[in-house]
Amino acid sequence: MTYRNPPTTPRKSATFDDYTLSEIRRAAATGIYDIRGAGAKRKLPHFDDLLFLGASISRYPLEGYRERCDTSVVLGSRHARKPIELKIPITIAGMSFGSLSGPAKEALGRGATLSGTSTTTGDGGMTEEERGHSKTLVYQYLPSRYGMNPRDLRRADAIEVVVGQGAKPGGGGMLLGQKISDRVAEMRTLPKGIDQRSASRHPDWTGPDDLEIKILELREITDWEKPIYVKVGGARPYYDTALAVKAGADVVVVDGMQGGTAATQEVFIENVGQPTLACIRPAVQALQDLGMHRKVQLIVSGGIRNGADVAKALALGVDAVSIGTAALVALGDNDPRWEAEYSALGTTAGAYDDWHEGRDPAGITTQDPELMKRVDPIAAGRRLANYLKVMTLEAQTIARACGKNSLHNLEPEDLVALSIEAAAMAGVPLAGTNWIPGKNGF
Amino acid sequence: MPATPMSKAEREQGHAHSQASRVFDLSVHSLRELNQALHSLTPGSNETAWEVLNPKGSHSVAVGVDQPVSIDVRGSVGYYCAGMNDGAAITVHGSAGPGVGENMMSGSIVIKGDASQYAGATGRGGLLVIEGNASSRCGISMKGIDIVVHGNIGHMSAFMAQSGNLVVLGDAGDALGDSIYEARLFVRGKVESLGADCIAKEMRPEHIELLQALLDKAGVTDVKASEFKRYGSARTLYNFNIDNADAY
Repeated sequence: MTYRNPPTTPRKSATFDDYTLSEIRRAAATGIYDIRGAGAKRKLPHFDDLLFLGASISRYPLEGYRERCDTSVVLGSRHARKPIELKIPITIAGMSFGSLSGPAKEALGRGATLSGTSTTTGDGGMTEEERGHSKTLVYQYLPSRYGMNPRDLRRADAIEVVVGQGAKPGGGGMLLGQKISDRVAEMRTLPKGIDQRSASRHPDWTGPDDLEIKILELREITDWEKPIYVKVGGARPYYDTALAVKAGADVVVVDGMQGGTAATQEVFIENVGQPTLACIRPAVQALQDLGMHRKVQLIVSGGIRNGADVAKALALGVDAVSIGTAALVALGDNDPRWEAEYSALGTTAGAYDDWHEGRDPAGITTQDPELMKRVDPIAAGRRLANYLKVMTLEAQTIARACGKNSLHNLEPEDLVALSIEAAAMAGVPLAGTNWIPGKNGF
Repeated sequence: MPATPMSKAEREQGHAHSQASRVFDLSVHSLRELNQALHSLTPGSNETAWEVLNPKGSHSVAVGVDQPVSIDVRGSVGYYCAGMNDGAAITVHGSAGPGVGENMMSGSIVIKGDASQYAGATGRGGLLVIEGNASSRCGISMKGIDIVVHGNIGHMSAFMAQSGNLVVLGDAGDALGDSIYEARLFVRGKVESLGADCIAKEMRPEHIELLQALLDKAGVTDVKASEFKRYGSARTLYNFNIDNADAY
C-alpha cells in the first residue's frame, strides 16, 4: 500500500472569484463590455448599518395608532407659485417610457396617486397613460430632450432638471434597438430599431452659471408656477447641492450609487459614484451652511427598501426619499413566479438585470406587446400603493418610538451606527460609544 | 445678402414692424411682465404685433410663446431668446446669446446679427434664420427644426442631430455632424472636418428641390441650391459594434 500525501481542498481566489472569471470569459468571447440595468450590487455601507435608539427615560414615546405622526411634506416652496404637497415623503423616481412598458408607467402613476405622492417621467417624454393616471407628475428635463415640449412642461406639476443619476454620474444613456418600437421611436424622433444614445451633458448649458440661466428660462416658460428640482448623481454631494441651490433650485435630488438605471456598463455602475449613505450628510451640510435646510428640500434615492430606510434618511436631514427599483419589484419585477422564464434567459428571479434587452418575463422593462400584457396596471398600481403604505406605517412606528409627532422631527441624535464606516458616513456615533469618526479631530 | 429673410406669409402675419404694435420697454417693465403678457395671449387676440425695446442682453426674452404673433426685439439678447417658441414670428434686431430658439416647436425666428453657441438646440420644428454667423454647436441634437445660417458656423455643429435641415451659406467648423442621425446638412462653403459617422452625400434632385424651398422660405435669393454640398449620416454607428469602438 502506497502512502499518498493528503490533498489540500481546492481553493478559489478571492480576487479572481467566480463572477470575475465569468466576466473575463464573457469579455474575451464578445469583445464588448457588459451592459445591464439596476444599481450597484456590491455590498456597501448602507442604512442597515444604522440603528434607532428609541425612547427611554430621557425622552418618551408616542402611542402607536393613537397619537398622530405626520408624514406630509411640501416640495418647492422656495420659488414656485404652486408647490407640491405630498401625503408621504416617498416619491417614485424617474423611469422612462421606453425603458418601461406603457402599462408599467401607468401602474406607477396609479400607485403613487392612491398613496398621495408623485411619480416622475424619464428619458423618453411624457405619455398620456402617465399624465392621466398621476395626480402629481414630475417632468424630467434631460440632456437628450426626447419628447420635450412646452405643452407637457406646462401640464407637469414640477420639473426635474437631470444633471446625473447615481448609477452613472457623468454617464449618458443607451436604449438598445430591440426596445425601440414605433411608439418609442416616434416619441424620441429617431428611426425604429437603432440604438438610442442619450447624451451625458445638456446640449445648451454647462456649469452652475449656465444652469442658473436655464432654470430662469424654465421658470419663465411656466410662469414661475412649477417647483424646479435639480437631480445629481452621488458624486460630490456637498458642492453639487450648494451649486444647485445657488442656481436657484427649489428641490435638490441626490441619487446614490445603489440607484438603478435602465442600462449602463457594469463597470460604471459598480465603480463610479458614492453610496447613498455617504451622500446624505454632505448634502444636508451644504444646505445648512447656506441657511437653506428645509427651505430648499432634499430628496435622496438609491437603495431605499422599507420604512426603516425612510426613517433613517429623514433622521439624517432629508425631506423625502425616492424609490425606483423597489417600486418595480412591487409591480412584479423579478417575481419568482416567472422563474422558468428567468432560467431560460440564463438568470434567476432576483438577479435578472438585463432590462435593456426588452425580454423581461414580468412585462415591465419591455416593449414586447405580449410580455407587457402581464402587467395589469390596476392590480400592479394597487400593489405599489400597498407597499408605500407599509413603508409609511413602518417609518411612523419608528418615529413614534423615538417620540416624534412627525417623520421630519427625526434627527441624527436618534441614531447610532454598527460600523465605523457607517458612523463616519452618517456622522452618528458608533454604537456603545460617543465616537463619531472624523469629528473633533478623531 | 438679402435685405429681409422673411417669408411672404410671415410678412402678411405681421412679422414686419407694425405701427399698431404693442411696445414693451424692458428698461421700464420686467422680463416677467413681458413673458407673462405674451403667455396671456389667447387664440384670435388682436395683439398680434409686439415690439420689445432695450433688451440689453436679457436672458429668456419671449420664451414659451404659443400664439402666432410677431415680436420684434430691438437690440441684442442673452441666453435662450425665443426658447420653445411655438408659432410666433420673432425677429431679433441685434445678436443673440447661447441657445437662441432652443427646442422651438413651430414658427420662425430671425437673428439679424450673430448667434452664440447652441443656436436652435433640440429644435423640433419651425425655421431659425441667422443672418450673421453662428458659433459652435449650432443645431445640436436638432429634432426637426430648419436652420439657415447666412454666415459661418462653429465646431461640433449638428452634434447628434436627429432630424431637420441645417443650411449654411458660409463655412462649417470642425467635427460637423458628429454622431448624426437623420438630419440633413447643406454647406455652401468649406467644412473644416466631419465628425464621427458624418459623410458627404450626393445632391440628388429631391435635395436640390428641398434646399431651394428652404432658401426661398428663409428669403435667400442670391445663391443657388446647386452651390451646396450635402452631408448626413453614414449610419455605421446606429447599432453598437465593437469594431467601430475607435469612432466613439
